[in-house]
Amino acid sequence: MKRYSVFAVAREALRYHTGWERAWRSPEPKRHYDVIIVGAGGHGLATAYYLGKNFGITNVAIIEKGWLGGGNTGRNTTIIRSNYLQDPSAAIYEKARSLYETMSQDLNYNVMFSPRGVLMLAQTQHEIRGYKRTAHANALQGVETEFVSPERVKEIVPIINLHGPRYPVLGALWQERGGTARHDAVAWGYARACSDMGMDIIQQCEVQGVRVVNGRVAGVDTTKGPIDCDKLGMVVAGNASVLADQAGFRLPMESVALQAMVSEPIKPCMDVVVMANTVHGYMSQSDKGEMVIGGGTDGFNNYTQRGSFHHIEETVRALNETFPMVSRLKMLRQWGGIVDVTGDRSPIISKTPVGNTFVNCGWGTGGFKSIPGSGWAMAELMATGHSPLTEEFSINRFQEGKFIDESVAAGVAH
Amino acid sequence: MLILECPYCGVKAEETELHAGGEAHLKRFGPGSTDGEFHDYLFMRENPKGVHFERWRHANGCGKWFHAARCTMTLEVFGTYSAQTFEPPQEIRDAITAKRPGWTWRDLK
Amino acid sequence: MSTRLAKQGRLIDRNKQIEFTFNGKRMTGYAGDTLASALLANDQMMVGRSFKYHRPRGLVAAGSEEPNALMQLGSGDRYEPNQRATTTELFSGLSAKSQNHWPNLEFDVLAINNKLGRFLTAGFYYKMFMYPRAAWKHVYEPIIRASAGLGKAPDKETKDADTYEHFYFFADVVVVGGGVAGLQAAKAAAASGAKVLVLEQNAYWGGRAPVDGGTIDGEAPEAWIEKTRAELAAMDNVTLRDRCMASGVYDHGYVLGYERLTDHAPGQGGPRHRLWRIRAKQIVTATGAIERPLSFAGNDVPGVMLAASMRDYVVNWGVTPGRKVVVATNNDDAYRTALVLHEAGCDVVRILDARNNGGGDLMEEARQKGIRVECGRAIAKVSGGKRVKKVAICAQNGTGGAQEEIEADAVAMSGGWSPVVHLWSHCGGKLNWDDAQAHFRPDAARPPLGDNGKGFVVAAGSADGEMALGPVLVNASAAGSKAAEDAGFPAKTVAAAAGVDSVEAPMEAVWLMPAQADIGLRMKSWLDYQNDVKVSDVQLAAREGYESVEHTKRYTTLGMATDQGKLSNINGLAILADSLNSEIPQVGTTTFRPPYHPISMGVIGGEARGDIFQPVRKTPMYEWNDTNGADWEPVGHWRRPFAYVNKGESVHDAVNREVKNTRENLGLLDASTLGKLVVKGPDAGRFLDMMYTNMMSTLKIGKCRYGLMCSENGFLMDDGVVARIDEDTWLCHTTTGGAESIHGHMEEWLQTEWWDWKVYVANVTEQFAQIAVVGPNARKVLEKLNTAAGGGMDLSKEALPFMEWRDGKIGGYDARAYRISFSGELSYEIAVPASQGLAFWNAIMEAGKEFGVMPYGTETLHILRAEKGFIMIGDETDGTVIPQDLNLQWALSKKKEDYLGKRAHLRSHMADPDRWKLVGLETVDGSVLPDGAYALGEGINANGQKNVIGRVTSTYFSATLDRGIAMGLVKHGPDRMGEVITFPGTDGKTYEAKIVDPVFYDKDGEKQNV
Repeated sequence: MKRYSVFAVAREALRYHTGWERAWRSPEPKRHYDVIIVGAGGHGLATAYYLGKNFGITNVAIIEKGWLGGGNTGRNTTIIRSNYLQDPSAAIYEKARSLYETMSQDLNYNVMFSPRGVLMLAQTQHEIRGYKRTAHANALQGVETEFVSPERVKEIVPIINLHGPRYPVLGALWQERGGTARHDAVAWGYARACSDMGMDIIQQCEVQGVRVVNGRVAGVDTTKGPIDCDKLGMVVAGNASVLADQAGFRLPMESVALQAMVSEPIKPCMDVVVMANTVHGYMSQSDKGEMVIGGGTDGFNNYTQRGSFHHIEETVRALNETFPMVSRLKMLRQWGGIVDVTGDRSPIISKTPVGNTFVNCGWGTGGFKSIPGSGWAMAELMATGHSPLTEEFSINRFQEGKFIDESVAAGVAH
Repeated sequence: MLILECPYCGVKAEETELHAGGEAHLKRFGPGSTDGEFHDYLFMRENPKGVHFERWRHANGCGKWFHAARCTMTLEVFGTYSAQTFEPPQEIRDAITAKRPGWTWRDLK
Repeated sequence: MSTRLAKQGRLIDRNKQIEFTFNGKRMTGYAGDTLASALLANDQMMVGRSFKYHRPRGLVAAGSEEPNALMQLGSGDRYEPNQRATTTELFSGLSAKSQNHWPNLEFDVLAINNKLGRFLTAGFYYKMFMYPRAAWKHVYEPIIRASAGLGKAPDKETKDADTYEHFYFFADVVVVGGGVAGLQAAKAAAASGAKVLVLEQNAYWGGRAPVDGGTIDGEAPEAWIEKTRAELAAMDNVTLRDRCMASGVYDHGYVLGYERLTDHAPGQGGPRHRLWRIRAKQIVTATGAIERPLSFAGNDVPGVMLAASMRDYVVNWGVTPGRKVVVATNNDDAYRTALVLHEAGCDVVRILDARNNGGGDLMEEARQKGIRVECGRAIAKVSGGKRVKKVAICAQNGTGGAQEEIEADAVAMSGGWSPVVHLWSHCGGKLNWDDAQAHFRPDAARPPLGDNGKGFVVAAGSADGEMALGPVLVNASAAGSKAAEDAGFPAKTVAAAAGVDSVEAPMEAVWLMPAQADIGLRMKSWLDYQNDVKVSDVQLAAREGYESVEHTKRYTTLGMATDQGKLSNINGLAILADSLNSEIPQVGTTTFRPPYHPISMGVIGGEARGDIFQPVRKTPMYEWNDTNGADWEPVGHWRRPFAYVNKGESVHDAVNREVKNTRENLGLLDASTLGKLVVKGPDAGRFLDMMYTNMMSTLKIGKCRYGLMCSENGFLMDDGVVARIDEDTWLCHTTTGGAESIHGHMEEWLQTEWWDWKVYVANVTEQFAQIAVVGPNARKVLEKLNTAAGGGMDLSKEALPFMEWRDGKIGGYDARAYRISFSGELSYEIAVPASQGLAFWNAIMEAGKEFGVMPYGTETLHILRAEKGFIMIGDETDGTVIPQDLNLQWALSKKKEDYLGKRAHLRSHMADPDRWKLVGLETVDGSVLPDGAYALGEGINANGQKNVIGRVTSTYFSATLDRGIAMGLVKHGPDRMGEVITFPGTDGKTYEAKIVDPVFYDKDGEKQNV
């Protein structure tokens, strides 16, 4: 792999950029791989990458029915934070956040991780208590957060209106080391690194069946023919139900629409990510200058990647109220994704009833921020059969009543 | 922005009047059931790409719960019917068959 | 130079001059001008700078597809960036500023990026700025952010001075577009009797037809347009709206209309924008087509313009961007521009027709007028920097070796037309590639599907791929009839108007000009003007493996600018397909998403802002509370007084005063927000036994019982006092936040599980005002009221014992008095009809003066209950807590076979003896434990996190005990009484607290029983 650098760009500029090689190969599938990962989104690619990097497992195929990074990896609001309340969540999201810090250098691909800080507003007494609790928990979990005053909030976000007549800002939970990254670049960077390790990324290839022999996985049948494997990782978000069904087990999961939108670009006016959960809206400004805005999920099963406009209205109302200047901007584009949510709205990273078959799904609205941590942990689980980061996220927790509920701290899980 | 006809008040209700209530025709398991049965009852939801049966409440209307048969891929509504049934009535199933021959959902065909 | 023509300009009124400013420079235009046409009239060719290279940018188009002419308009609380000059109607006093440059439009420091263009190619930022690591945050990103973005952000303290509103509309047929196709379709649909709404984004009707010429029913198009519009306007079943754009089509026939009411006349009063929320049975998209640029080197130099747009400027506004114009085309339509320019007295120096055989009748006409037409020829390069100066000409089939260079000051280009398929596609309508016309057009067999599974959008006219006037009208008429019929209105045959136009020769696709342009030219051939994406960028993306159209879009940012690729998408696709040796339909399009054109955030929010952002629920005592020092706390949609603060007092002082006074004298709490659900019917008792963990069916009439509710998943969700009213009626109190949700919860179970049970639930929360009369003097004040009224309910301990209720009169008011206590004091909670709430409250306040009455707020309520060790839903519970955790096993009935939550509690984790349990916590030094603090255990877990053994759930300063008190959940807590555990604070301090009984005050409960 030719390294990317300013010198490489300069060299190529002199020859009209004709010398750049493909970022990843597009091979035909082999008959057999040690590991097949289904799903070339951020989580699938990260899983493959850490299988290679941490465990030397490189005879890996990543199978993707569409184009890599084309699911929720490429349609989220790019927020990265780890200020979660419950220990298992804080552990995996903080692992992810710390990996984001060095991702550009690790992958030699600029994913533009921008540790600009994440602010979660407290607008009720209940939220104040919830965030103070989170701050206490985070301190013991090794996650740096702080509960800050309204005055400090105004310093951090000059465009905020602290004194809205309905829900004044009473304080906020501040994670200075949270931020954003360029979502597509995360998928592309991992894909390039995986390809470079000799892994095969097979796009436009749909898995149509999972072959199970004596209770263990033997391979998958795809639109490009049968492919054998020793281990199988299902990392396909909302489509996990369908894939699990093919392997003969079920998942406690449903797929619903989540929407987001951007404004037209403007010059820099907000340097941090702000989430306002009482009024249901969150916003950051991309490096291009667009205000990136997200809201809530629809309540019904939906695979259309379209949501209902009244959620957009609710979100925009919240932001007009929190940041009155937003009212003078324009919505440029709205879109929807399919998020997979479990019974406790926390993910599943787990062994399955089928031998040597593993599943990673149910990230709901928290998928992007967890990508490297999820991949790291999933790789460890697949390679060694055990990962402390995934322990609490097993499928079995629902039967035991051992939930991981993040909604408790007045927070939403975006 | 869905429209569903409330089978009670006959109104074509729009999504902002409605509250989505998840999968329909769940069989409740209480004391005396196994851990597995109870778990499946609470968490093991159908998540089909295609025909789905679900519960809705006409929350900002007559307040009644009802059932809807709907496609999760196209959002087509095959019909709505009373919440006080254990399974979809034949005319709903026929309506689905007319549009989606060979459909299945849990044990239904 | 660009200038106002002596003649032409059908939309302007030359008698009404309008003054405006651009970058501070005074200019004049006419009524009817757009800001764009007025700028051209003032020879303002350069109107902005591009996003990445900061290249000079001029007007390319005349409508909403314009990518370049984005302005900062207005000032102060009406300032707004990124306004399109082409869709901004000129008004007196308009003040526009161009964007994205420093220090000014003419001289821009960041134009250095243009010199570095060779380095700053597609995706360059993914390949550099990585080292050293910290530099991204501190150096590179701030620079990139500052150079990106377009207009300046509104001031941080901006409070939008305009208002906005929402409007609902139901239509059988919505026709989008008021051009000839839209009018014809509307006419056909309306004839059937269907209710028709026609939306036109411009301030005028007829679309392009008056500019394009031809005849309709033998008349000039303008005459037919006005006649048809008037006919429609006269029909009762038709509504016409101009300045109203359909911005998006959503599922099941939902359409959004964006009406711009006062943008053209700021300050005239009324809302600025109106959002139409429309439900349509059928939608006709008569949205026309958009011309495509040609990709040649220098096609972004100001003065290079779409041919039809240039024609618009001449015919509609009487301005021309140049006096010496070169026309480049691959189709016949551009000849119309040449003819119009010629007619207007401009010099059409050359028509370069890329087709070897040229065009049809129009070409002949041009030649007859003496215009030099060259076939098989192309533009090699346009040069001139800030405006067109020279055009180099070459063979289309070649690499661009220029054979001739001619002088010109404007270039009209036409690469063919793309139907506007956005609205068709928003909800999943599919497209077919039409090879003959080189565009995607709607596939009528695969429309977006409505709730009935049938198509609900019909494309009409050019939006359906018809490009000549005659077929457009025929197609539109059929579309209108079909829409009406599909909406349930049997079609009446309406003859389409007869459109006659010149006979045109077929167009030929030209995706690159010249066809084999060398890399030097391709690096100067723009696809996306605003985002600076060139032919070479798309080719690079393809070469690097970004082969999916979505990859290419995202890698190059093609089509991601504020015009959302209206001009660039198809051209980019074609280059990508060519680079991949694939076909355009195989490569496919990116997804079309709403809105069609950006709409204001203000209008999306609508009326709901400020005080009416969300409705405020008010108790009958709300105004009294507000004028008596209430420090408001939002609780759900209610507002409750956190405390009543006297002058000169802090909130903390007020709370301490209220606590002490209530314990020592008399406190009043406005408890009206507590949920009150009447549950009635022969099966009500049986039903409540399922809802509550404890037994409610055995409750005696006249008595009260504290009850717990769990979800089916076992978690504690609500609590409250239940009163048995009569044989088949219970009244259930819920928490303030729980009234609606618990009502819904009950209805859900009644309707969907036990639908054969005879029970009725009514939420009567707002029907009653409820006042808690609390403290040692509670009985005295109420008896005083009774005495004054000449009698009333017997409130003695014997007649109304603790945990009972009675109906009767108190002080002459109809009252239901509950002897319940959430404070541990002697307490009556008294419900009166809501309409009498304030009067009753005032009566107690007046009568209570001698007993030291004071109102108290929610914080005092919390402290009083915490002193007594009572749990609070939302504090001690958080959705993960079960009754057993709170030592409430006594409230879990063992007699009942079943209740919600019972099965759940049997699961292994819920029966785990290691679950944290409720205890009281007392700091060793009497200080207040921090809210939400965790108790430290030993060591760390497998993920390196410190182990914890408990947490604080409630913590307060108790004025009664003059020390901090707290409740918490602690592992094996009840077995560890007296043990001191450690709570690290986030303030750097560590707090030591002793585990104690959670009841801090009046442990034997004597005070409430007096």
